[in-house]
Amino acid sequence: MIISIEYLYWLAGVLLLITAGMILFDRSHPKRWSSGLFWLLFATVFLIGERLPTVAVGAGVVLMALIAGLGGVGRGAHAELHVKAARASAGRLGHKLFIPALAIPLTTVIGSVLLKHYEIGGVPLLDPKNTTFVSLGMGCLIALALACWLTRDTPLQALRESRRLTEALGWTMVLPQMLAMLGLLFNDAGVGNAVAHVVTTYINLDFRLVAVMVYVLGMALFTVIMGNGFAAFPVMTGGVGVPVLVGVYDANPAVMAAIGMFSGYCGTLMTPMAANFNIVPAALLELPDKNAVIKAQLPTALMMLLVNIVLLYLLM
Amino acid sequence: MQTVVNLWPLIGVLVIVVGFVLRFNPLLVVTAAAIATGVAADFSLEKILAAMGHGFMETRALQLILLLPLAVIGLLERHGLRLHAQNWIARFERATVGRLLIIYLFVRETTAAMGLTSLGGHPQMVRPLLAPMAEGAAEKRYGALPQALRHKVLAMCAATDNVGLFFGEDIFVAFGAIALMHTFLLGSGIDVEPLHIAFWGIPTAICAFIIHAIRLHRFDRMLSRKLASTDRHASPVETAA
Repeated sequence: MIISIEYLYWLAGVLLLITAGMILFDRSHPKRWSSGLFWLLFATVFLIGERLPTVAVGAGVVLMALIAGLGGVGRGAHAELHVKAARASAGRLGHKLFIPALAIPLTTVIGSVLLKHYEIGGVPLLDPKNTTFVSLGMGCLIALALACWLTRDTPLQALRESRRLTEALGWTMVLPQMLAMLGLLFNDAGVGNAVAHVVTTYINLDFRLVAVMVYVLGMALFTVIMGNGFAAFPVMTGGVGVPVLVGVYDANPAVMAAIGMFSGYCGTLMTPMAANFNIVPAALLELPDKNAVIKAQLPTALMMLLVNIVLLYLLM
Repeated sequence: MQTVVNLWPLIGVLVIVVGFVLRFNPLLVVTAAAIATGVAADFSLEKILAAMGHGFMETRALQLILLLPLAVIGLLERHGLRLHAQNWIARFERATVGRLLIIYLFVRETTAAMGLTSLGGHPQMVRPLLAPMAEGAAEKRYGALPQALRHKVLAMCAATDNVGLFFGEDIFVAFGAIALMHTFLLGSGIDVEPLHIAFWGIPTAICAFIIHAIRLHRFDRMLSRKLASTDRHASPVETAA
């Protein structure tokens, strides 16, 4: 392939390295050394993680968690453009400001849909396994060039902004990756089997409605624990769906699978374990309550669980 | 289910629940849960660290979605993107938070159902565009919002993006989840067309749109009730009826 996801990891690593460097050289930073070390460790994972033994990466992850847990990740001061200047700039640029912002999703879509199978001399242009990520990365670079050109600002300023937002997110930024890591570890350790065992051993599945409820609510509950419906699906479908719903009650497997996965998604809407959908957005919007997004989603998720029970019972 | 199942790894789940409830730093909680799970499954310390390192490396791609757009979004914000989005939406007479979000929900869900999942998203769409627009729509009607309500509006923007994405993407036949379900069922000796799995997701997807749209409509009513009543409280001549 011509554009590999490796390049994007390097790009991310360089961005984090610059953030770390800016913090380490910032004498006024309240947590200069510990914050700098935190982002430096994170940058290392992206830059040379491939070449390090996995034990060393694991130890680095534990160290990062300790720094964050002891309150070592702080936020430096940032010189914002004066409100008047920002207003003047908004007035001068107008709708043009939307162009770079919309260029990111548009390039991502164009790249992942149209250029997916594009080849030059038999070599795929984009990393075939990661078309979306690679397209997103290119979208960001194109948008950055457009933004610098339109605002007549410098790439250096863009790096300062990247540092500002990275520091605003703080350790929350690392949480989705940590949770995904935990999900993989849960699988290795057999947490899924243990949950399925508990569910099928202690609940009487002799009633059709009870079996439907166990499957739907089990998918949601398991997703709440794992933070990911994809991890819950094999466990609950293997434990309850296929043997009981299909085996005993003769359910249509397509209906069961479709509604089962959506029940898992209801769980995703309710759990801090799905940090990239629930906790990170709260941090991105600078909400004081980290669970504010979950609270906004909770009524929709609960009503959808009820809907799923009814639909599965009627349609299967 | 007659084979002996080791229930000890569930201790990791317990650590997570207790840690989140007691509001310890989530990174610490996750690390503690990972170590506890590994110990319960009889892993050596080295194996636990290696598993953590391996898992962390495997999931790096997640980070790109969040990290890479920050430079552009930050630069545009510096030059007034959010301000402009707010002012622009305020020009529409009939715009309300609820209506704006219902339209966004519809577009997000239908485009996700066509496989265009990357058209939205929190760093590139919600923070720079959707949230300031919703704020602008609210402020045009009610003036400056009290902090608590402002936070509710922003949280609802993020929630709407999630609901639209989740209940849309799963009825796109070439989506990864459909492939996962198809492969898993095939492994259990059941051959189902991926198209059928996608099709049977449609009733749930429609219900999700209706339910969340009704909630958004009621959200508008809640806003006008709360903000209209604070107006009354602020007015000195108001007497109790």
